[in-house]
Amino acid sequence: MTSRTRLRSGFGLVLGLALVAAGCGGAAKDELVVGEYGSLTGNDADFGQSTKRGMELALDQLVAQKQGKIGGLKVRVVVEDDQGKPEEAATVVQKLVNQDRVLAVIGEVASGRSLAAAPICQEAGVPMISPSSTNPKVTEVGDYIFRMCFIDPFQGTVMAKFTAQNLALKKVAILTDNKNAYSVGLTQFYKESFEALGGQIVTEQSYGSGDTDFRSQLTAIKAKGPQAIYLPGYYTEAGLIARQARELGIQVPILGGDGWESDQLIGIGGTALEGCYYSNHFAADNPDPRLQEFLKTYAAKYAGQEPNAIVGLAYDAGVVLFQCMDKLATQSPEVFKGLSSSRAGSPERKAACKQLRDLIAATTNFPGVTGNITLDANRNASKPAVVLEIKGGKKVYNTTINP
Amino acid sequence: MSEFLQQLVNGVTLGCVYALIALGYTMVYGILRLINFAHGDVYMLGAFFGYYVARAIGAGQDPHPGKALIVLLVAMAGCALVGVLIERLAYKPVRRSSRLAALITAIGVSLLLENGGLLLFGADPKFFPQVVAARNLSLGGGVTISNQQLIILAVSVALMFVLRMVVMHTRIGRAMRAVSFSHTAASLMGISVDGIITFTFLVGSMLAAAAGVLVALQNPKIDPYMGILPGLKAFVAAVLGGIGNIPGAVLGGLVMGVAEVMVVGYLSPTYRDAIAFILLIVILLVRPAGILGKHTAEKV
Amino acid sequence: MKRVLTLIITLAVLAGLDLVLARMLNPYVFRVLMLCGINVILAVSLNLVNGFTGQFSIGHAGFMAVGAYTSAVFSLHVGRVWVAGLEAAGVPAPLAQGLALLVALLLGGSLAAVAGYLVGLPSLRLRGDYLAIVTLGFGEIIRVVIQNLDITGRALGLSGIPGWVNFFWVFLVVAAVILLSVNLANSTHGRALFAIRDDEVAAEALGVNTTAYKVFAFVIGAFFAGVAGGLSVHLLSVASPDSFTFLRSIEVIAMVVLGGLGSVSGSVLAAIVLTLLPEVLRPVQQYRMVIYSLMLIVLMVTRPQGLLGSRELRLPWRRRPGGPAAPAPAAPAAPATKGAS
Repeated sequence: MTSRTRLRSGFGLVLGLALVAAGCGGAAKDELVVGEYGSLTGNDADFGQSTKRGMELALDQLVAQKQGKIGGLKVRVVVEDDQGKPEEAATVVQKLVNQDRVLAVIGEVASGRSLAAAPICQEAGVPMISPSSTNPKVTEVGDYIFRMCFIDPFQGTVMAKFTAQNLALKKVAILTDNKNAYSVGLTQFYKESFEALGGQIVTEQSYGSGDTDFRSQLTAIKAKGPQAIYLPGYYTEAGLIARQARELGIQVPILGGDGWESDQLIGIGGTALEGCYYSNHFAADNPDPRLQEFLKTYAAKYAGQEPNAIVGLAYDAGVVLFQCMDKLATQSPEVFKGLSSSRAGSPERKAACKQLRDLIAATTNFPGVTGNITLDANRNASKPAVVLEIKGGKKVYNTTINP
Repeated sequence: MSEFLQQLVNGVTLGCVYALIALGYTMVYGILRLINFAHGDVYMLGAFFGYYVARAIGAGQDPHPGKALIVLLVAMAGCALVGVLIERLAYKPVRRSSRLAALITAIGVSLLLENGGLLLFGADPKFFPQVVAARNLSLGGGVTISNQQLIILAVSVALMFVLRMVVMHTRIGRAMRAVSFSHTAASLMGISVDGIITFTFLVGSMLAAAAGVLVALQNPKIDPYMGILPGLKAFVAAVLGGIGNIPGAVLGGLVMGVAEVMVVGYLSPTYRDAIAFILLIVILLVRPAGILGKHTAEKV
Repeated sequence: MKRVLTLIITLAVLAGLDLVLARMLNPYVFRVLMLCGINVILAVSLNLVNGFTGQFSIGHAGFMAVGAYTSAVFSLHVGRVWVAGLEAAGVPAPLAQGLALLVALLLGGSLAAVAGYLVGLPSLRLRGDYLAIVTLGFGEIIRVVIQNLDITGRALGLSGIPGWVNFFWVFLVVAAVILLSVNLANSTHGRALFAIRDDEVAAEALGVNTTAYKVFAFVIGAFFAGVAGGLSVHLLSVASPDSFTFLRSIEVIAMVVLGGLGSVSGSVLAAIVLTLLPEVLRPVQQYRMVIYSLMLIVLMVTRPQGLLGSRELRLPWRRRPGGPAAPAPAAPAAPATKGAS
């Protein structure tokens, strides 16, 4: 009997704690809360951590310029971990929207998780900006969903053009990361455009993210004798694949997408990556003062490291959001009040979020660190892609390809 | 033909790594009837220990066989300690409980090592320094083998040989076999069962650490979650060979490695992870106790 | 007559709660409540296999995936058309959606049950850990297949699945699976399952058709896992292969073992605790999973028989229906005497 009572009280305790946790949180009256969710733990932990760093930099900048305040109210960023699971992404965004009463949400990197969370933001009328979900479906969820990056079809086409025209190659092998929707998407669009440009895909091989041994695929590729390998995966595998390819005596250039972007790419691939190309959002050797400033700030904050593209995109997303909030505060102070003082879901809050959404949608030629960003009618960033070449152990700007 | 031979070389190397990890699973299972889910994470820790040691002694800038050996030995010692701690703190208290309780504990330890590792080491993957400069050797007929692959082969074969000697020809090895046969009978013969169990974890963890360092040598990307999939596949390899059976684990590992590489090369790389399990199910349906496992009649 | 009345009252209460709760509760709390419900279904259904019958299955996420994708594909391609048609014909929306959801769930559950039958078959030959690893393998194979099929949306999965799931449907299934388990435990069939768990050879000697019963347990368990999968994707609106990894199976096993193997109320309790725990731990951010795993270890070390052991929490006004208890915790490892059974 006693143990049963103890059990019941234990259960009550957990439930009580949950209710307490549910009760507190939420915005105090004098602050503006922005939500951010990402995979801080789990297989894609690097993505979530990068997004978090980008937002931290954006917030730091706000603190430096305006004491962290917009319209006289302090801005607070709530970060939640989704463990890299779509169902968790949906739960944490519900929490951000209803518990923390955020007025906008930044996230996710992986398209699958953005797709799970987007309907919640859309329904609640809270703008969501994905820094780097490249799948076209994400912003198709509704008019409150935005992204700061170009989409898969564009990037695939860019690299296909680059292969067929700039490099003048005809026979390409593709090595896709099949566990990764981003890689599957790029493969599809690359293949379509490359074949349309008269090229030939000699073989399509695949691997799964997290694999570390690619020798069997590479051995099969070698047998087909391609002039280049298109490898639209992440830098973690790209470096390894390049090394193993050279080990097996494959000397042709390897081509990739923005998933390659990382300060660790060359550290891991070493000389194996010489003469390889990838498409990206920005080139670090671009003399643009904004970008150089950003690189310097990042290195100062994070022990001399170099930011990856996700950090840059998250930073741009944060800055765009803060600017739009600021515009709202100056343009219509009455509406702006609705952001801070009223409950989630109240009419004045919805009206304010609607205005904020309109301001974000109107973003034109915003000078971000990842290029000049204009949001098109489908709420996708339309901006040029750059192609980088790896030369002498450095990433060197090669060419710009416009949308 | 040269492509086939090349795939075979790659497969055997991969198989050796699986075998090293599988040995730890199979020894613990043989003695405790426990699926040590945390074993794959010990393998991860081995790679990380090696990473920090290699950076501390600057083995990356100035590759030297002696330094590489230090990296390997320190990682093995570190993991031996971790293995013993896990056994003493988490598994020993549940040893007298049901096997499922022990299994859940093992899962808890596995989650703890992964998430603790994430906190300690950070989320961004680390890249293992090149403690051995890569070089390619031609085996003739278009087949190449890297010196790193050769090291993996040599070190793992050497370790398996040492293990075999320990288990078959030393007092402690005989004690291990006795304990795996029956705890009660062994303790009646004056064997310290607790001591033997601790020793088993020590040896198993050392082998996993060696596998971690060897793999990192060849595929330098390491992160706190790297142990999950190889751990799972190595466990499958152990079951495949007949769990609790040491030569079985080696054989299972090799079969898994070669089969996986051949499937990727000749059938469909997309089904790489599935193939391990399909193979397993087929073999278990034909030989329910694994390839080398003895089918014991059940006592009534 | 009494049964029909109970049924009608239950349905009415659920429908009433559905209306009240969805309006009263903060959507986040409501969502967590729904997740509790889905996890209860998963834990109680796995308890049928692992707790009642003693067959060690770690492939529950695989059955979930089969049910989830089957129902999602149905709803996306057929269900939506039906609902549009019914609504055009003047059927009220909740009814039309409920009808389509019911069909989707039954389809998902049935296909999962077929998968359960196929996985249950090797259990005729395999025991203990060998069976466990086959079920695990099955789960992984399912996931790899899903990742590679066009109809399941490959790595990205399916999105835009209509959100027809509400409190009523989730807790109707919860009620059904609990009722089934409790009634089963007190029936001849339930005794047969317990007998197999306690001693398979003895059970067979006493004339229990062990083959049929083991497969039966797998089929029922898989059916409900499939239904839970269907509910979760219709709640989430997205079906992704990342949701059905073997870690998901492990989570459900943790619920069953933590609650106490064989105890239905234990499974329910543990499912709720383990769903709430990570939510309660959210404020500690990256330490969350470390604390979660430490608590799991500490709980197992201090209470290896699970929260409730093999007992059941009983409603005080119900008479005690003397269900058979699970055996005392197995003797220390004792490998040589029992082998891997």
